[in-house]
Amino acid sequence: MSMTATQAPKTTAKSSRVLRSIGFVAMPLLVVIWSLVDLTLGKELVEWIPYLASGFSMNILITICAVTLGTTAGVLLGLMQLAPYWFVRLPAQIYVQIFRNAPALVLIFATTYIFPFEIVVAGNYLPFPDWVKAVIGLAILSSAYIAEITRGAVLSIPTTQWEATKGLGFSRLQALRYVILPQCVRRSLPPWMNVASSMAMGTSLASLVGVHELMHAATDASTAVRRLDFTIIAYVVVMAAFFTLCYPIARLTRRLEQRFNAG
Amino acid sequence: MSASTDSAIVKLENVHLSFGQTQVLKGIDLTINKGDAVSIIGPSGSGKSTILRCINALVTPQSGKITVAGTRVDQLTKESERIQLRKRVGIVFQQYNLFPHLTVLDNIVLAPTRILGADKTATVKLARELLEKVRLSEKADAYPGQLSGGQQQRVAIARALAMKPELVLFDEVTSALDPETVGEVLWVIRDLIRDGMTSILVTHEMRFAEEISDTVVFTENGKIVDYGPPQQIFHSTDNPRIRQFVGGLSGGGRGAVRDGEGI
Ligand SMILES: Nc1ncnc2c1ncn2[C@@H]1O[C@H](COP(=O)(O)OP(=O)(O)O)[C@@H](O)[C@H]1O
Ligand SMILES: [Mg+2]
Repeated sequence: MSMTATQAPKTTAKSSRVLRSIGFVAMPLLVVIWSLVDLTLGKELVEWIPYLASGFSMNILITICAVTLGTTAGVLLGLMQLAPYWFVRLPAQIYVQIFRNAPALVLIFATTYIFPFEIVVAGNYLPFPDWVKAVIGLAILSSAYIAEITRGAVLSIPTTQWEATKGLGFSRLQALRYVILPQCVRRSLPPWMNVASSMAMGTSLASLVGVHELMHAATDASTAVRRLDFTIIAYVVVMAAFFTLCYPIARLTRRLEQRFNAG
Repeated sequence: MSASTDSAIVKLENVHLSFGQTQVLKGIDLTINKGDAVSIIGPSGSGKSTILRCINALVTPQSGKITVAGTRVDQLTKESERIQLRKRVGIVFQQYNLFPHLTVLDNIVLAPTRILGADKTATVKLARELLEKVRLSEKADAYPGQLSGGQQQRVAIARALAMKPELVLFDEVTSALDPETVGEVLWVIRDLIRDGMTSILVTHEMRFAEEISDTVVFTENGKIVDYGPPQQIFHSTDNPRIRQFVGGLSGGGRGAVRDGEGI
């Protein structure tokens, strides 16, 4: 799985139309037609769909949590990297350099086996489920990417903008809050979308540490049914599901971009 | 440049400033009275912008006294104190530096409301009055990218005025403009000076400087070579450097102002 967050996607209208027709038309059509041609296959699939869906809901949950946490932490870390004080800057720089280059799988394994299965809060034993650990692993990775995106965006704003705010009596933080960061949002959207999609894809890695997500569910199903055609069709369903998870992210980003460009 | 200190709003005494090894200001003495318009002319690199930046504490000299509107600027040690001063001293730059993500109106309203904590409704009203003053009422909802250079610079002037400054610094505000839009900006500044706004202008528009200034200051190589009423500096100086400089530039300046007078 590729986890590049550095290049903005240059999907043209045409290629996005092709993608959309594969994801929303070709793959579902294949599943439906095959199921109708061989009704025994269709019956197996219908039986297993709820199980697959419960797995998929876990991918959605992990994606939303990891991206939200990673974006919040990443923006903070990116700003910390630009702080005028070394004791703020340095920890952020070290964090980003270490985790930006870590493979997602390694981080998920690390968080799974480093954190305990339960934590003690005020004398109470609270469970620390594996899916939360997967969220933390992916959030660490995405926060490092987003820190770099934020830092790059802030540095790309011309110094004359800072000068203008200074001349008007803004403090550094006020300038960031009202003038610099609002301009960064628009510039950061395409690379942010790449990170968010990568995280959505990355949720499938959680199956390797036992989280019951879609990939895990599909493996369970194909092991139980033991039919090659069912295995194939189950993984086509998996692909279509991941497509529907990533596609709204791309749409949302494009919508936001258009709104900013209109402004 | 009267000897009286009571009416002096800006006073520089023996100001020395270096950037690293480079001596930029080598003993500047300058007194400016409330309501005066002072033009600073001189060759590029002679320290004109640096003088303006000293006045609103964007740079701090190594030695010398600077008093602005009752504040000893050279004695300010904290950034927060310098910020307080900058709220009272407007500055307009060569590159206008409007905030591209905000409408013209929001560009003007941002600093008074966010930085001074002024009432929003009253500030919007003030902003509309200022837009009328700079003849851009119909552009209130436009974005900076949709305006010509001259229009953007007039918005920048309105933005500075919205802070209700006690004096305004203009740093070569027409140098980056197309010749045909220079006039409309000079027209606005001329109006402002007639209304009694204390103004310090660094400019290459010799005809304009002659027309609107109470005092003209000629700087060269970090020193004030001569100062006095425009008549003296432009027509009866004995200094060969000033004669050469004024003679070399007056052609371009004159043409630009004549265009402006047609508005
Ligand atoms: N931030 C700075 N760091 C180093 N040198 C500077 C800086 N700002 C200005 N200078 C130098 O100071 C000199 C005077 O600059 P400036 O005041 O901008 O001149 P002017 O406005 O008259 O053209 C120039 O030689 C310039 O290179
Ligand atoms: Mg200059």
